Amino acid sequence: MIRRWLPHPLLSALLALIWLIFNQSVSPGTVLLGIVLGIVLGRMLDLLDPPKARLRNYPLLLRLFVRVVLDIVRSNLAVARIVLFNKRPLHSGFVAIPLELTDHYGLAVLSCIITSTPGTIWVSYDSDANILLIHVLDLVDEAGWIDSIKQRYERPLLEVFQ
Amino acid sequence: MSHELLDVSIRAAQILLLLAMAFSLIRMVRGPRAQDRVVALDALYVNAMILLLTIGIRSGSMLYVEAGLIIALLGFASTVALSKFLMRGQVIE
Amino acid sequence: MSHLDALPPWAAIIVAVLMLLGALFAFVGSLGLLRLKNFYQRVHAPTLGTTLGTFFMLAASITCFSVLHGRPIFNEVLIGVFLTLTTPITLMLLVRAALYRDREEGSLDVPQPTRED
Repeated sequence: MIRRWLPHPLLSALLALIWLIFNQSVSPGTVLLGIVLGIVLGRMLDLLDPPKARLRNYPLLLRLFVRVVLDIVRSNLAVARIVLFNKRPLHSGFVAIPLELTDHYGLAVLSCIITSTPGTIWVSYDSDANILLIHVLDLVDEAGWIDSIKQRYERPLLEVFQ
Repeated sequence: MSHELLDVSIRAAQILLLLAMAFSLIRMVRGPRAQDRVVALDALYVNAMILLLTIGIRSGSMLYVEAGLIIALLGFASTVALSKFLMRGQVIE
Repeated sequence: MSHLDALPPWAAIIVAVLMLLGALFAFVGSLGLLRLKNFYQRVHAPTLGTTLGTFFMLAASITCFSVLHGRPIFNEVLIGVFLTLTTPITLMLLVRAALYRDREEGSLDVPQPTRED
């Protein structure tokens, strides 16, 4: 019964919460409309039949989030320094990274992480060979980049999503 | 004293953001290629959204936040459409 | 500027600092857009404005309105969530389009496709 009405409980709750934030109120009418929206949109998503996501190890996910926020701050400062004070010719280029991660949601999160961090951008992903291509603004040592992305981000994502 | 500081920093922030928008505009005009112009347009609307937030703080109206949200939505849709066009346009030629 | 006088001094200073930081990051991002040499370098620059630039300005806005109205106001968080989710998509599509166009023109500076598709 609950499966039928709430196929995606987390998503429905999130939608209702967004509706409440939008309206800046918790009056009965708003709450009711939020619940209806959550249920209806949750069932609509179910019609699209998305692949199931299985999340494990929430504490690790939280640690990864904190690490990503700190990395974003650090690389913001690094890119700002390059833009403002850089005198030497900048060596930037593409890096190909062989991945072990194949889960779609894990890859989506990885793409958000890599692109949100200034200085690296996700370019393309070859699902047959499982090779990821990224572009790095300040490419000093290529092996170091491959290693750090695999260690810092792919390892925890593998544990959470696969 | 602290309110003069706030007043000055709102003005300074707005001048910085206007300069940022001007830089994006220059890049958009100079190009040299279509993808450069689209990146510049993307940066332009993000800067405009941030500028709108400062105007909101200055005038004390929450409505500017909603306007910022709409700019973010429409800017996203337009950049996606333009990037798609950059690929498709070439395919058709 | 009557409504801003209602802010207590500590809040005024916090809002001022956050605003300046946000504007500074957005400014440096756009400066990078102007100064960096080629497209693949330039595409990195606006990320400054969409991450820390927007974050600081949203924090300033949340602080200002929450203190003014005397209750927590989180409308702005939605802009932040939305922007973090969409920026990767736009930049990824844009870089792929640029790569595709460069490959079409036979440029040798970009990596070649690993397979025919």
